[in-house]
Amino acid sequence: MSMAISELEELARKCRIEIIKMVYRAQAGHPGGSLSEIDLMSALYANYLRVDPKNPDWHDRDRFILSKGHASPGMYAILAEMGFISHDDLESYRVLGGVCQGHVDMKWCPGVDFSAGSLGMGLSFGVGCAVAARLSNSKRSVFVMLGDGEIQEGSVWEAAMAAKHHELGNLKVILDRNRIQNDDFCVEQMRMFDIPAKWKSFGWDVKEINGHDMNEIVEGLDFLVSNNGNPTILIAHTVKGKGVSYMEDNPSFHGAAPNQEQFDIAMRELGEVIV
Amino acid sequence: MSRMAATRDGYGQALLDMANNERVVVLEADLGKSTKSLHFRKEYPHRTISCGIGEQNMLLTAAGLAASGYIPFASTFAIFTERAFEQMRNGVARPNLAVHLCGSHGGTHTGTDGSSAQSIEDLAIFRTLPNVVVLHPCDDVSTRVLTNQLIKINSPSYTRTARNKTPVFYDGREEMIQIGKGVKLIEGNDIAIIACGVMVSEAMKAAEQLKAEGINASVVDMHTIKPLDTTLIDELVATCGALVTAEDHSVIGGLGGATAEYLSSNNPTPLEIVGVQDKFGESGQADEMLEIMQISAPYIADAAKRAINRKK
Repeated sequence: MSMAISELEELARKCRIEIIKMVYRAQAGHPGGSLSEIDLMSALYANYLRVDPKNPDWHDRDRFILSKGHASPGMYAILAEMGFISHDDLESYRVLGGVCQGHVDMKWCPGVDFSAGSLGMGLSFGVGCAVAARLSNSKRSVFVMLGDGEIQEGSVWEAAMAAKHHELGNLKVILDRNRIQNDDFCVEQMRMFDIPAKWKSFGWDVKEINGHDMNEIVEGLDFLVSNNGNPTILIAHTVKGKGVSYMEDNPSFHGAAPNQEQFDIAMRELGEVIV
Repeated sequence: MSRMAATRDGYGQALLDMANNERVVVLEADLGKSTKSLHFRKEYPHRTISCGIGEQNMLLTAAGLAASGYIPFASTFAIFTERAFEQMRNGVARPNLAVHLCGSHGGTHTGTDGSSAQSIEDLAIFRTLPNVVVLHPCDDVSTRVLTNQLIKINSPSYTRTARNKTPVFYDGREEMIQIGKGVKLIEGNDIAIIACGVMVSEAMKAAEQLKAEGINASVVDMHTIKPLDTTLIDELVATCGALVTAEDHSVIGGLGGATAEYLSSNNPTPLEIVGVQDKFGESGQADEMLEIMQISAPYIADAAKRAINRKK
């Protein structure tokens, strides 16, 4: 049962509220990259990913690897909305013993396929999952979400090369191109020049979209899932902190929590009624 | 004269032994001819994944395969496994995925390539990782048996093999070999020499030399560095009262380090550690390297006498 565009937008709005609440409660975490990725992940989980919240370890499920594992509030929010974990579980974010570890962890949280947190690792893991799917004659797909700062890690390009060498048409990447990394704008930290050309030159099929326009996201994900020849990357142009005015395009909110006043502003902007 | 063989050949043979298990997959980083996974590739190309010269990607590709129900065996030179240490740490050990990594050409014994190829820290670094089993067998037979046993453990592992041939001890004695259990190759009551890898044959020579001087040494093949066979160590302390460890590895953090950590907290006993003294090697033949690094049989015998003199 596929969600309509307006329903996907509403799903993402609810996730945004949970993201801000998680980071506010923990007074730590990464709101910026969670807000930039969440429109994409909402559409992916709701309409594309072949997974079963009641059976998260179902062997033949599609895999989703959040390689930018620090943007975990976004992942936990969508996992809660899809029913992998409860909304109460979201209160365990960064809390001792909680299923919602600081960075997504497959040993702690149902629905998490890779223990991330160290950048540059998810695509290689995805290559392994994609090779395994092919060895098993399975039609399952492997989705990997990369951050844009993350592709400065050299090992990402080892994986990109391997994916084409092994003709992994079942490997599908979404690049969250929010232009900001930990310390500053990417362009200040390490210029990456023509990112689409780089992937094309590695033999990947590339499509660019606006990662906050739900119509374009659906079009992009349709392309991603239908293309089974080459490994495919959807480069989603996003805004870090999207949806909360003072976080938008602001490197300070890569990894910082809002104070109470900022929290109230965020809730108002996201349409959440505080009782 | 006993048969001579290289441990890496035992690894290559073990991969073939396990091949009828369809879940076994092999990963290479352009060194399959050297690590001996090439035999598997020849017979089972569809289950052999070439990763090019990219060890970091290889380790995590193996992790993805393990998480999808396969049993990956990945190999490269010991020195290059170190390049993927953080992948092993965060992507393999932390989620406890049963990826089996083999580093061949370990130690200074690897010879004339020189110090860039002589890993003297691999046992130490992989030993620090929770969940990881660390093996360093001494001959092709035990390497084959231990590698076959890895398929039954549900945790990651690191195995160091060696480039060059050394004497074989386990022909016809395969049943003595078990992960986590050291093997007493010689019984003696004056001193116990605990060795691993290519140093086991040096320890055997040292024991002969000591015997000529009236000293009876036990010699133990401690092929499993982690988990360490502390039951056997306690037994050796009880019978011999002093120990020597011998490894072609830094004296920091390897077999000697592991033994010292155990003894100092649990069973304080005179211990001499024979190993590479916190320095890099150089180009030389295997026997020349053991000599210049001061870890060959005569140095083990000297260490044994020092340890005996320290007994109360």
